[in-house]
This record gives sequence, structure tokens and C-alpha cells, in this order.
Amino acid sequence: MNYLQVIQLAAPETALTITVLVVLAVDLIVLRGQTVEQRFHAGMLVSIIGCLMAAILAFAHFEQGNLLNGMLVVDPQTNFLKVVLLMLTIFTVLISASGKFTEHVGEYLSLVLLGTIGLMFLVSAEDLLMIFISLELASLSLYILTAFNKRNARASEAALKYFLFGGMSAAFLLFGFSLLYGLSGSTNLPQIAASLAGRGPDLLLLVAIVTTVIGFGFKVAAVPFHLWAPDAYEGAPTPSAAFIASGSKVASFYILAKILTLGFGGAEGSAVWHGYVSGWTPVIAIVAALSMVLGNLTAIVQSSVKRLLAYSAIAHAGYMLLGVLANTPSSHSALLFYVITYALTVLGAFGVVTVVEAATGGDALANFAGLNRRAPGLSLCLLVFLLSLAGIPPLAGFIGKFFLFSAAGGADAEHLGLLWLVILAIVMSAVSFYYYLQVLKQAYVLDAAADAPAIKVPPVTMFALVLLAALVIILGCAPGLLLRHL
Amino acid sequence: MNLPWLTVLTLVPLFGGIVVAGLGAEQRRLARGLTLAFSLVGLTGALCLWMHFDATSGNLQFVEKHDWVPSLGIQYFLGVDGLSLLMVMLTAIVVPLSILASWRIDDRAHIYNALVLWLQAGLFGTFTALNFFHWFLFWELVLIPAFFLIKLWGGPKRGPAATQFFIYTMVGSVTLLLSFLAIRLATGSFDFIELADMAKRSEITAKLGEAIGWKSHIGLLVFFGAFLGFAVKVPLVPFHTWLPSAYAEAPSPVTMLLTGVMSKMGVYGFLRVLLPIFPEQIRLVLTPLMWLAVLTIVLSACAAFAQRDLKRILAYSSINHLGYCLLALFAVAGAAAGINQPELQKAAALNGVLLQMFNHGLTASALFLFVWLIEKRSGGLRGLEDFGGIRKVVPVFTGLMGIALFSSLGLPGLNGFVGEFLIFKGVFPLAPWAAALSTIGLLVTAIFLLTLIQRVFCGPLNARWAQMPDLTLSERALVFVPIALMFVLGIWPQFVLGVIDPTVVKMVQQLNF
Amino acid sequence: MLAWTIYISFIGVLVLMLLPREAARAARIIALLTAIAGCVVAFAGAIQQSNPGEVTTIVKVPWIPSLGANYFLAADGISLVLVVLTGLAAIAGILFSWNVEKRTKEFFAFYLALIGGVYGVFLSFDVLLLFMFYELTIIPKYFLIARWGSTRKEYGAMKLALFSFVGSHLVLIGLIAAWVVARAQTGHASLDLLELSKVSFPLGFQHWVFPLVFVGFGILAGLWPFHTWAPTGHVAAPTAGSMLLAGVVMKLGAYGCLRVAMVLFPEGVRMWQGEIAALAVIGIIYGAGVALVQKDFKFVIGYSSVSHMGFVLLGLATLNTIGLSGAVLQMFSHGIIAGLLFAVVGRMVYDRTHTRDFNDLQTMQLGKLLPFAGVTFVLAGVASMGLPGFSGFVAELQVLMGAWKVFPVATILAGLGIIVGVAYILRAMQKAFYSDAPPGKFGHDHPLEPISVPERIGAVMLITASLVIGLFPGLLLNWIQPCLNSPLFERLLKGGSL
Repeated sequence: MNYLQVIQLAAPETALTITVLVVLAVDLIVLRGQTVEQRFHAGMLVSIIGCLMAAILAFAHFEQGNLLNGMLVVDPQTNFLKVVLLMLTIFTVLISASGKFTEHVGEYLSLVLLGTIGLMFLVSAEDLLMIFISLELASLSLYILTAFNKRNARASEAALKYFLFGGMSAAFLLFGFSLLYGLSGSTNLPQIAASLAGRGPDLLLLVAIVTTVIGFGFKVAAVPFHLWAPDAYEGAPTPSAAFIASGSKVASFYILAKILTLGFGGAEGSAVWHGYVSGWTPVIAIVAALSMVLGNLTAIVQSSVKRLLAYSAIAHAGYMLLGVLANTPSSHSALLFYVITYALTVLGAFGVVTVVEAATGGDALANFAGLNRRAPGLSLCLLVFLLSLAGIPPLAGFIGKFFLFSAAGGADAEHLGLLWLVILAIVMSAVSFYYYLQVLKQAYVLDAAADAPAIKVPPVTMFALVLLAALVIILGCAPGLLLRHL
Repeated sequence: MNLPWLTVLTLVPLFGGIVVAGLGAEQRRLARGLTLAFSLVGLTGALCLWMHFDATSGNLQFVEKHDWVPSLGIQYFLGVDGLSLLMVMLTAIVVPLSILASWRIDDRAHIYNALVLWLQAGLFGTFTALNFFHWFLFWELVLIPAFFLIKLWGGPKRGPAATQFFIYTMVGSVTLLLSFLAIRLATGSFDFIELADMAKRSEITAKLGEAIGWKSHIGLLVFFGAFLGFAVKVPLVPFHTWLPSAYAEAPSPVTMLLTGVMSKMGVYGFLRVLLPIFPEQIRLVLTPLMWLAVLTIVLSACAAFAQRDLKRILAYSSINHLGYCLLALFAVAGAAAGINQPELQKAAALNGVLLQMFNHGLTASALFLFVWLIEKRSGGLRGLEDFGGIRKVVPVFTGLMGIALFSSLGLPGLNGFVGEFLIFKGVFPLAPWAAALSTIGLLVTAIFLLTLIQRVFCGPLNARWAQMPDLTLSERALVFVPIALMFVLGIWPQFVLGVIDPTVVKMVQQLNF
Repeated sequence: MLAWTIYISFIGVLVLMLLPREAARAARIIALLTAIAGCVVAFAGAIQQSNPGEVTTIVKVPWIPSLGANYFLAADGISLVLVVLTGLAAIAGILFSWNVEKRTKEFFAFYLALIGGVYGVFLSFDVLLLFMFYELTIIPKYFLIARWGSTRKEYGAMKLALFSFVGSHLVLIGLIAAWVVARAQTGHASLDLLELSKVSFPLGFQHWVFPLVFVGFGILAGLWPFHTWAPTGHVAAPTAGSMLLAGVVMKLGAYGCLRVAMVLFPEGVRMWQGEIAALAVIGIIYGAGVALVQKDFKFVIGYSSVSHMGFVLLGLATLNTIGLSGAVLQMFSHGIIAGLLFAVVGRMVYDRTHTRDFNDLQTMQLGKLLPFAGVTFVLAGVASMGLPGFSGFVAELQVLMGAWKVFPVATILAGLGIIVGVAYILRAMQKAFYSDAPPGKFGHDHPLEPISVPERIGAVMLITASLVIGLFPGLLLNWIQPCLNSPLFERLLKGGSL
């Protein structure tokens, strides 16, 4: 094994790393002295080209490979996920065009790209160490991205919270991983599974499971590890929040599922109603239930749209955990479908919020009043995104939920064991309709104040939002397009 | 000729009503003229039917029978026998009289006249239809024009009167509907003729029990539902409380229609539907039913005596006269064995019933016509005490109204006598105690009618009416028709009896088992 | 061909969205043309259907193979009846909304989207597709009421949307559970209604899934006691909204009860037959009774809808051919009649008098000032009462016949409900149009605008429809009854047909 092989297998990541350097160079050296806008557009162009190249490399030039015993696993599924992550990054960058929160364009864009690199490595990892490293790479970028608006005290507070929580959860994760290593003698997931097989409920194993769940639970903002999320989403510059909510979720869920199903393969236990068996499944079930309930109920009383989206993210994390829980191939693909479409949707939603925030100075519900008249295209996109989050057909959110719920319900067909959780999910989903409708009510039903400022949507952002909305609709009507690759 | 006579007869006033309703509010004369024309067409049609009716057979004639909704057993089934023909004739005579009486009603004349025509169509339909759905359609159709005629042109308390009338009748209709739905469920038929045959073979109660359960009570329950529907219409005490207000508040030409024809719908229903289809049940509850009939006769007469409003007196008198019909009906249905020549008595009673229906229709509408004429002269007053001795100023009027009043009383030689005579002739042997008690009604009727004559016409002249004009030429022409008929039918009842007797005999045979 | 009813409606939505903001006239005309086109297609497709007794496939294309979901549109006799109803109601609604001035094109865009969704539900034979169209209709409903409604419109809209959403989610639970069990039993996943109807679900399973799905759909159908969204929602909605809500959307719920809940879980229905009948009868009497004491004209009609839907549910509960036939006919009949009643109350009266309070209306002598409205209300009112000659009578006739066989007591109580129905219509008619109260100044101070041509056309259209079906019910019964004799309904009706 030599570095050439590494670079060949990790070609997309390499391309992206080069892009980071180019972006920094362009911004700090070449375009020094130009306006923020020009620098931003230049940087954006470079980043997008870099991402596209990486995507092409991931798509076209794929080789299967398993490097260094699971440190870097390249197969069609991981390649597809990398392409998705790159798409999400491109959209994030496009949406950042309307944010006016910083002059440090180059740094911002490179942090986004670095975060993406971290996520891409995370997706390819099957080794505990690699997982941890990539996770940290991604997380560190996200912490800084959260703090990026230097002029906003809340951003700093949010970032600090995020960082402290994140650090602590990283510690838990590491603790869990070391226990796993100690128990199994290896850091490679399949090998861990093999040596843990037949072990039965073991206190140390249980501790390892719990700490791992804590670690990842924090990452995906599941209850009770969610306390950072509302503040972070609200305080961070909106494009950063968008990035946190989309890309990192995709990667984190994928890898969580991998660890739990692959690594803790023999120790699932069961969360079936009246059929409790100790393992990681009941733990996840409880976390999922709590997330769904808390996320939805708290969102009802929010008056800030970003906070509302944060709590809704918590709730959606609960639904997605259902997909992890079910532990069948169909639930696995349902989970991926859901998380990908969710990422697209929430990215779009945050994109709209960015525009409104920039134009009206805030993200309170009242700022959205009369959006339909002030910016009809924008509010139509908002309609699509929020209805998809609510789960209204024929949008992707509905199909995603249907897949997830039917996969979860069908997991233990004989006894419909997980149905209790599915019922809870469906009920809570019904509740969520109320608060999404509140936002839409502002946009479509109420009239703007007479002195409301006009809303101009930058064409680049508009293009991105329309594309996202179209994707949400298309994937809703023809989910097969995405499912094929999962 | 093979024209569908009955359909045409029914459709002409229906179509006429639509035409008249489409006229403007100012074209009163045109509206009235057209209405009269249409109703006279109806009269002509009825007369033609009468002429071509084969009076020797008791079977249905001019039958039209077509499938309508086969899956539900609904057929378009029309036909007349003597009974139906008589009622059609009555309608055809009374309606033009009512239209002529209301010649001076100006407010929304076109709507008024259209409603009267639709009422006539509904009546024609009710009397000729023989499939429940078809029949019920017209039965209900009659209610709407009647409601609006009372509601829009009536007296001071017309709102509650109209509402009460409508709701009472509707309650009865709903129970009637439910009963017939049960029957259809059990027997598979909506056809009156078929059902009568089945009842003759005692099949209906058994089938009801099979289809619905409650074997011991279902027959009675279903009977009671149907009974209620008709009892409200007649009306029988204690379901009569809607009538006095409705008759009093309605404009008198409308009351002519109400009492002249619509009240006969109830008795017709008893004859056509209840008696043939539920003889078992009638027998079971015969005694209470007879008591009801007796009470109706006696109580209504007494109540009439206590009234002070002319229209209310006549309203209660209406109830009284129809009570005799029901008395005879029940007696016929429940005759005990061991009577001498039961068929003869029954036939007599039923002939009396039919005659009484026709005669009372004529007489009562004539009486209300006279009341209308008084109202026009008195500016709306019609209390018993408001008048006095007016025979001095309006002798012709007194004479003619007197004839009508005596006919109502049952004076021999006038038409009212024949019907009552035949009824008593038939009922005495069949149910002597009931007949005996009912003579009290006769007595009280005589009392209040004579009192009326005395208070209104005789005695010292009330100075207010010293200038009251007598009947004009057109009014005399108008009342000539009913008065003449009263004499004709009084002296030569065979005119009618000849046509209805075969039908009556057939009816009696139908019940004889 | 019938699928074009859906597509035409959505094309109409797109066209309307592209219009400039102020083009109110163009918007109305385009909306009307779209609705007429949809109705014509509906009629043509219905007449073309050679055999209403069997399910005729219109389109069947694989959609999500892993779930067993197909894009499966089909029609049988019952679908045809309801599709025709939708066509008529759509046109009538537009005619009665001719005077909408505020944001006209958006109003009609939401309206047509709702119509498209409704057509979709009636033509879907894949359970997921049906559910998708069903949920899809919630959004246009919400916006129609929240933006263009009247009394407490935002509250009414939110209540309606939430109730509908909760109901549809209850259905979702049941559907997922059924899908899972069916897949376990048959070995392959399917969401096809016809295939699922052949699966014998275990009795214990049906015992709890059936009420869940039935109640889920029943919420939208006005099943007592889940009906409380209906009066508030109907009153809050603009005229066309109420016409569609009461006329067509409530029928979505009843249709779902029949097509999904009852066909998929026939043994489940039997287990809960009595309870459904009881709730239906309570709904009939309660709805009528409450309507009798209302002070607001529109509330009377709103509650009367609950009462009439009770007849539909009673018919469904009888589980015999004639009762079900009556239920479907009542769906059609009430759709037309409710549309007419709301049109009179909302468009003819309220838009001119700006009040719906009986105390005010009593003084206005509307019978004289608006004779056309008066006559229309009389006709609609007697049709609503169930007077023979109109469609309601034949429908109620069948329901009562079906009910006699199974629930004699319920039948008698339903008769009581009819009587109360007479009373409240009479009361409303008298208070609003033909009152004897002393006239106020209203009519003389503000001359009332005469009834416009679109209103007249709409009213005549609906009255004619009710009369035609009342006098010739065979036209629709020829579609409904062969359908009920088809294999799809065999298991359902096995226990007792008429």
C-alpha cells in the first residue's frame, strides 16, 4: 500500500482539499482589496467547481477498495453518499450568497469545504479511529462556522455551547470506543462484531453502547442530548445552521446505523412492545420516542423560525432513529432516503430564512407576514419545504415518512412489535402540522405591515432554492429515482 | 282512445302552474284567467272520465302501469275505480269554485294561482296513484302549496297555523313512510293492489315478522305508523289540533280546498290503503278505534257549539262529518260474525262513506264560500256575535246559505242526508252501540247549526249591516253550482251511487274473509 | 379518460398561477372553463363505461415497486357517481364565487387544486395513491378558509386542517399495519386495493385496525362525536368553500370509509356494526336538534350537514345492498343539496345583507326583496327534508329500508331525525324569508343587488340535478347497484343482502 493508492481511492477528498487551498489563495492573495461580493462570488465559483470535480471523481472513477483494514472503504453506496454530500455543500454555498454576516469569505468557504471533507471521510470509515478523527474534523469546522458572525453575541454563545457539548460528547464517544476495543481487541467494525457475537448482555458492552449512543445522539441532536441545538441553530449564521442541519445529519446517521448494525450486530436486543430484550435497540427506541415528543411539542410554542426549525430537526432525528431501529435492509434504505430528502428540504428552508432575515432583519414569525405578496416565488419554495417537512403528499417528506414507518412497522411482522413507536411517530407528525402551518399562515394568509421592507432575492440563491424545491417535488412523486441508488 | 288520460289529467294543472308562476306580478287578470282555464280543462277531463267509466265493473280502469325503478319495486302505476273517480270529480269541481272565489286576491296573484294549480295536480295524483312511491310523491307534493297558501295569504296568526299544519302532517307522513318501507322489505312490493291481495291471504303480518323480528308486535307497530299518517289528515281526535287554526287562518277560498278535498285525502287513504292492507290489525284494536271515531264525532260537535268564530265552527263541523266516515269504516272492518246479511250492511256503510265524502266536500266548500262572501262584506269580521238579523238585508244570501247549512245538518232532500243515512243504516247492525252514541253528534250538530242560523240571520237587525249588499249576479252564478248539486244529489243520489256501487261491492268482497 | 379530470384541474391551477396578479376576470373564466371541461370529461367517461359493475382500469403503472405501490387509477360504478358529483359541484361553486374580488386568481387556484385532489381520491385504486390525494386536499382547504372566509376564519381553518390531518394520520397507522400484515401473509408487498381486499386479515387485528381507519375517515365524514370541526369550518368558509366542504369533501371521508375501511376489513365492520349505527343515529338526531336552535343561518346548514351525513353512515352500517346503495345515493344527493343551501345562505343572502343573524334577517322581508333566493331556498329546503320528487327522498328511502332489516330501533329514531329536519328547515325558511315580524328599514335604505346570472345558472343547475335524480333515480342506481354486486363487495355483503 502506498500513498498513490490512498490518493486514488480518496480522490474526491483530495480534490476537495486542493480546492480549499485554492479558495484560500484566491481570496487572500489574488482578490485582496476587492469587495466582499466579488470575493464571495469568486470563492463560490471555485468551491463549486471543486465540489463538482470531486463529485465526478466519486461518481465516475470509482474503484472498490478497503484500505488499511476499514480505514477507508470505497464502494458504490459510500460513493453515492459522497456525491450527495457534495451536492448539499454546493447548495449551502449558493445559499450563503445572501448572507451578510462576514467579510472573511475565504475562511468561511474553506471551513465549509473542510467540514465536507470530514464528512466524506466519515462516510467511508469502518474503523473506530477513523470514525472519530473524521467526526472531529467535521465538528471542529462546524463549531467555527457557528461562531462566524463576530458581531453577534448570540453566535458566540451558541458556538461555545456547541463546542463544549461537542467536546464532552466526543469524550464519551472515545470512552465508548476504547471500551469496545478493550472488549473485542480490534478497531475494525466487522471484526468487533465477530468477537462480540454471542456475548450476551454484558455490563461493559452496555456501557459502550450507551456512550456511543450519547456521542452520536449529540451529533444528531436527539433528546436528551439536544440542548445545544436550538441555541446553535438560532445563533449561528443561517447558512451555517443549514449546513449543520443537512450534511452532518446525513453522514452521522449513516455512520451511526453502520456502527450499531455492523459493530454491535449481535447485541441488538429488542424494543418490541411487551418483548423487551436488553441491547442497543431499546436505548435507541427511548431516545427516538423522547425526541419525537419533545421536539414536536416544544416547536409549537416557538416564535423564532430558526428555533422552530431546530426543534423540528430534533423531532425528525427521532423519526430517523426509527429507521436505525428497525434494522432491516429496507429500513436502511428508507433511512437514507429520508435523511437525504430531509437534508435537501431543510437546506431549502434555511435558505428561505436567510433571505428573509437579510431583508427584514430578523427571523421571527411576524417577519414572514405577507411573504406571498412580497416575494411569491420565495414563498412558494417555502410552502414546498415546510409541507414536505410536515409530510404532505406528493412531496418527498411524505414518501420518506411512509417508507420509514412501513419499514419500522414491518420489521417484526408477526407481532407488529414496533408499531407502538410508529403510532407515536404518526401522532407526533400530525401535531407537527400545526406549527408548520403557523409559518405558512404568516406567509399566505396574513398581510404584511404597510411599511414592511421589500424582499429582493439574489438570483443565485433563488436558483438554488427553486432547484431544491423541484427536487423535493420530483423525489416525492418518483421516489424510485433515489431509491435505486440506495 | 288509448291516451294516457290520467297522466294528462295530472300534468295539465302541473304545467299550468308553471306557466302561471312565470307571469309577472302585474298580470293578475291573465293569471286568473289562465288558472281558471286550466282548472276547467281539468273539470272537462274529469267529466270525460266519468262518461267513459264503465259503471258496471268494480275493476280498475284507465290503468297505466310502467316500470320506473325496477330495483326498488317502484312503478308508475295509475288507475281509477269508483272511489278514485269520485274523488277526482270532487277535486275537479271544488278547485274551479275556489279559484273563482279568490278572484279578488291581488297580492302576488300569479303565485297564488300557481300554487292552487299545483295543489290540484297533487290531488289528482294522490287519488289516482297505486304504487306507494308514486302515491307518496303526490301525497307530499300537496303539502307545499297548502303551506304557502296559508302562510303567505292567511290571517293574523297564519305563521304558527301553517307551521303546525305542516309539521303535524309531516310527522304522520314520516311514520307512514317508515311503515311502508318495512312492508316493502317484508313483502317485496310497493303496489297497493298486490298488497291488498296479500293481506287477504293473511300473509303480511307473517312476512313482517320474518323480515324484521318482534313477531308479536311488528304488525301493530307498522299499522300504527300508517294509521298515524292518515289519522292526522282526516283528522281523528286526538290528532286534530292543527285543523281549527289552519282552517281559520287560511283565506277562505283556500279553506274551501282544505276542507273540500284535502281532508278527503285522509279518508281516501283509509279506504285505499289502510283497510285493505291491515284488516287484521284493525280487528285487533277495533274497540279503541271505534271509540276514537265516536269521540271524534261527539267531541267535535260539542266543540263546534262552543266556538264564536264562524270558520272555527265550520272547521269543527268538518271534523264531525268525517268522523262518520271513519265510524263506518271501522265498523265494516271489524264486523262480528252472526249478523244478518253482513255484505249488504257493509256495502251500505261503505256507499255511505263515499257519498258522505263527496257530499261533505261539496257542502263544506260551499259553506266556506259563503263565509268568504260575508267576510268580503264585513271587512273580515266573522264572529258569531258580529252579525244579527241580516236576512232582512240579504235575503237571497240567507236563503242560499241556509240551504247549504241544512244540507250540512242532514235534512232529507238535500245531499247531506243520503250519506249519513246510509252510514247509519250500515253501522247500526254492525256496531249498534257506536251508532247509538254517534247520534248524539247528529243532535249537537243540529243544535249548533241552528244556533248559527239564529244568531247570524235571524233576530233583530244589527245596525252596522243595514247597508250590506246582497249577492251580485256573478256571485249568484258562482254559488248556483254547488246549491244545484246539493239538490240533485239529495233527490237523485243514484247518479253517483250507480257509479260507485260496483266498486264498493268489490271492496266488501275484498274484506270478506 | 377519466384521469383527465385530475390533470385538467391541475393544469388549470398552473395556468392560473401564471396569470398576472390583477387579472380577476380572466381568472374566473379560466377557472370556469377548467371546471366545465372536467365535468364534461367526467360525464363522458362515465357514460363510456360499459360495465359499471366491474372496476375498469384507467391507468396502472408501477410506481414504488419495493412497497408494491402502483399509480393505479380506476373507476367502478360508485366512483363514477362521485366523480359526476364533483364535476357538478365544481362548476356550481365557481358560479357562486363569481363575485370574489380579493386575490381572485389565487382563490381559484386553490379551488381547482382542491377539486383535482378530490377527483384523485375518487379514482384511486391504490391505497397509497388514494391517501396521497386525500391528504393533498387539506392544504387548499386551509388556505381557502383562512384567507377568504368570514366568521373566525383562522380558527375555523386551523381546526378543520388539524382534525383532517389527525384523521388521515389515524388512517395512515391502519394502512401501514395492514400493509405489513398483508405482506407477511401473502409474501409480497402490495398497496393495491383490489389485492388487499382479497387478504384475510386476522380477526383480532381487524378488531382494532378497522375502528382506527373508519374513525380516521369518519372524522372527515362528520361522524359524531368527531364532527365538531364541521359547523365551525363551514361557517368560517367562503361560500364556495362551504359548498365544496359540505358537498364534496365530507364525501371523501364517507367514500374512504366504504372503499378502504369496509372493503379491506369486512369482518371488522361486522364487529363494530352496532356502534357505527348508534353513532350515526346520534349524529342524525343531534345534528338536527342543534340546527333547530341556532341563531346564525349558516350554522343551521352546517349542522344539517352533520345530520345528513349521519344518514350516509347509517346506510354504510347496514351492510346490505340496499342500505349501501342508499348511502352512496345520499352522498350524491346531499352533495347537491348542501351546495345549494350554502349557496343561498352565503352568496345570495350574506353577501348582500352582511348578516346571518335571524333576528336581523327577520326584519328584512327577503321573501319579497329576493324572491329568487326565497324560492331556491324553499326548493332546497324541501329537498333537504326528503320530499319525494327530489333526490334526498330516494336516498333516505333506501337507507331506511336497509336499516329496518338490521336496526329497527335505529330506523325509528332516524325517522324522528327526519321530523326534526322538517322543523329546522321550516324555522329557517320562515325566519329568513317569510317572517311575519314587523319590517325594519333595511330593504328600503339599501337596495339589494338582484340575483346575478351566474347565481341563477348555478341554482337552476343544482335544482335540476336533484329533481332529475329524484324522479329518475335509476340513472344513478344503474351504476351503483351492479357495483355492489361485484366481487369487490362480496365479502362485505355476504352476511345479508336484499
